[in-house]
Amino acid sequence: MADLSIDDSRSVQSVVRDWSDDKQTFHVPWGKAMMWIFLVSDTFIFTCFLVGYMNVRMTTTDPWPYPSEVFALTLFGQSIPLILIAIMTFILITSSGTMALAVRYAHLRDKKKIFMFMAITALFGATFVGMQAFEWTKLISEGVRPWANPFGAPQFGSIFFMVTGFHGLHVSIGVIYLLVVATKVYKGHYDRKNNYDIVEITGLYWHFVDLVWVFIFAFFYLW
Amino acid sequence: MTHIAIADQPAEMHHPHSFVTKYIWSQDHKVIAIQYGATAISVGLIALVLSGLMRLQLGFPDTFSFIDPSDYYQYVTMHGMIMVIYLLTALFLGGFGNYLIPLQIGARDMVFPFLNMLSYWFYLLSVLILLASFFVGGGPTGAGWTLYPPQAILRGTPGADMGIVLMLVSLAVFIIAFTMGGLNYVTTILQARTRGMTLMRMPLSVWGIFVATVLGLFAFPALFVSAVMMAFDKLLGTSFFMPAVVSIGETLDYSGGSPVLFQHLFWFFGHPEVYIVALPAFGLVSDVLSTHARKNIFGYRMMVWAIVAIGGLSFIVWAHHMYVSGMNPYFGFFFAFTTLIIAVPTALKVYNWVLTLWQGNIRLTVPMLFAMGFIFTFVHGGLTGIFLGNVTVDLPLSDTYFVVAHFHMVMGVSPVMVLFAAIYHWFPKITGRMFNVTLGKIHFWATFLGTYAIYLPMHYLGFLGVPRRYYAIGNTDFIPDSATALNANITIAAIFVGVVQLIFIVNILWSLFKGKPAGGNPWDATSLEWQTPETPPGHGNWGPRLPTVYRWAYEYSVPGAKQDFVPQNVPPEDVEMEPGAGPYREHTV
Repeated sequence: MADLSIDDSRSVQSVVRDWSDDKQTFHVPWGKAMMWIFLVSDTFIFTCFLVGYMNVRMTTTDPWPYPSEVFALTLFGQSIPLILIAIMTFILITSSGTMALAVRYAHLRDKKKIFMFMAITALFGATFVGMQAFEWTKLISEGVRPWANPFGAPQFGSIFFMVTGFHGLHVSIGVIYLLVVATKVYKGHYDRKNNYDIVEITGLYWHFVDLVWVFIFAFFYLW
Repeated sequence: MTHIAIADQPAEMHHPHSFVTKYIWSQDHKVIAIQYGATAISVGLIALVLSGLMRLQLGFPDTFSFIDPSDYYQYVTMHGMIMVIYLLTALFLGGFGNYLIPLQIGARDMVFPFLNMLSYWFYLLSVLILLASFFVGGGPTGAGWTLYPPQAILRGTPGADMGIVLMLVSLAVFIIAFTMGGLNYVTTILQARTRGMTLMRMPLSVWGIFVATVLGLFAFPALFVSAVMMAFDKLLGTSFFMPAVVSIGETLDYSGGSPVLFQHLFWFFGHPEVYIVALPAFGLVSDVLSTHARKNIFGYRMMVWAIVAIGGLSFIVWAHHMYVSGMNPYFGFFFAFTTLIIAVPTALKVYNWVLTLWQGNIRLTVPMLFAMGFIFTFVHGGLTGIFLGNVTVDLPLSDTYFVVAHFHMVMGVSPVMVLFAAIYHWFPKITGRMFNVTLGKIHFWATFLGTYAIYLPMHYLGFLGVPRRYYAIGNTDFIPDSATALNANITIAAIFVGVVQLIFIVNILWSLFKGKPAGGNPWDATSLEWQTPETPPGHGNWGPRLPTVYRWAYEYSVPGAKQDFVPQNVPPEDVEMEPGAGPYREHTV
């Protein structure tokens, strides 16, 4: 009777052989491979920031403020915890959806729709940054500073402004990146080589920024 | 997936025409490599002079009135930081990485030449910012190259005003430059290899540079984050790394930060950094040894996996730099264990180098001398590393000259030996001319013996308990007079070795213009960069067609073949055999 079992060692070897063969290791355009590697590197930056956050939260000698109170907003005479951040998060996650639509239309080469959805994504991103500016203004008016915090540990202000600022910088760069690419799409710049990979590469960056936000949201607002 | 080489997209190549686009704003990886190399060596010479000044003070205290304690600490700091980051990292990856990756894998250039060019200009900017700190009020930072808080940013440390800020900014800019270059190197190696160039046919130089670049992309973020946080502590008054401090009777505004957090972040970068420097050195020296021993590298596959294993392990050993930091003692157990584990693949590489030499047809050329010198210095530095990796042995030796001797042997002298080997080895390809061999040999023997004269006595000083980073030892009971005499001897040796490097500079500059034409392949080497149609290689490297690779890069002393080597790009049927030797049999790795 023939041996029908699968030889695992050989299939692992064939994967290795395939990866190390004399061709592109990853079957993607160069720009996309490079963006992936950059994003892994950027992940290390955010991870270090978050580890630093957890560490100072443990070492600080003052009590850590209660997030649902610090981040509450008074609407219609009622204090609603985390309402602003909920809206911001919703907007950013939605923008990932519109970005995905832009990538789909890039595959279909529908220039107008690509432009439209990238512009909408950029608009959502700009809204997010705007609301973040509002949140910062509110905290600053309440006396929170990078070096001081009336609600407790000064490290709360330091790490909050630093990490949300670093993430906001990523979103702002993403908005500019989106607008530049969207304009080029609209002008037909990528028709010359019929190569719309850049839309997907921009999308990778944008989804990454959204994903990072999920972690920042969980660690800063829910913990 | 069809093979996409840059050759298939000829419209992508923009050939430069004017002097400026050819040599200054150049996007050619070879020009960028030379720019990186020249800048790194220049700034390295500054660091060499600083070390000479330090040695003058240590060898002959109370003699040089122009060196006060603040100056001394600034020399220590700038020497360390420049050597590790701005010389070694930049020269191995920016210099040799840029030059060798496209040539050794058969590509026309890096995948994104413009980004590659930006990488160099950002690097130059970071160097200029760093050097600017010599000219600001208070001078450069004197916090030691590890920049430990709280003292790094407090009054009393030299350069605590502008010096430390410029240092942190310069590091951040360097990391941006490295990221732009590093993304290019990794993507090029993964995606742009020529026909037949499988990963397991790449020369070990490329493997070493590749893994080191990946380490850099994952480790530099920790340095970036710690630089940003420390800059905030300094400029905005945050307390990330700053506990409550009473300084000169005055309570400062800091409270609740964690200095040990900085040490963890710094060494999470700092230990992989050792291998960011060492792995390219391992790769380059493997190629030099194999070529000049006329023998294939022993255990190629093991060598590759050892590089990968060392790269992986280097991320989980960082706290062996922190045994005395006051961290949880149980960490010491874990980190001592991983540290000793990493010695296994490293020792494996050393055995393989020695076995490559075994019964080889060794040609004692200048690069070969340096490569063999590296084996000595590296074994030496590696063995003292095993001492320091054990917690109980480390505690008494910590912060003594034993540590100075250890890390200078293992990551100062050893990589520099490889750098010299590599510069002499590839100089004929880079310039098309041969260097002066006699001067090269004098340079080797003076450097090799001289470094031993410097660092062997330091181990003894360490056992005596002479602490490092002290401006002057003074009269202390436990330090005998012989230690002071030894210090003077070390200084004389150090000044000698420093001056000897002028021979190297003169040799390189003289040979650049007056050296004998070297021909395309003076060492009879097999790897692709020696098979280019022109020497030095032209823009685009390969003429109209990219090379096709048929075998690995170590086909030396092939039985029955007319020449004792078979280049990677010669088809099997074109290999000339001695009469009666039978057909050429392909070597399989």
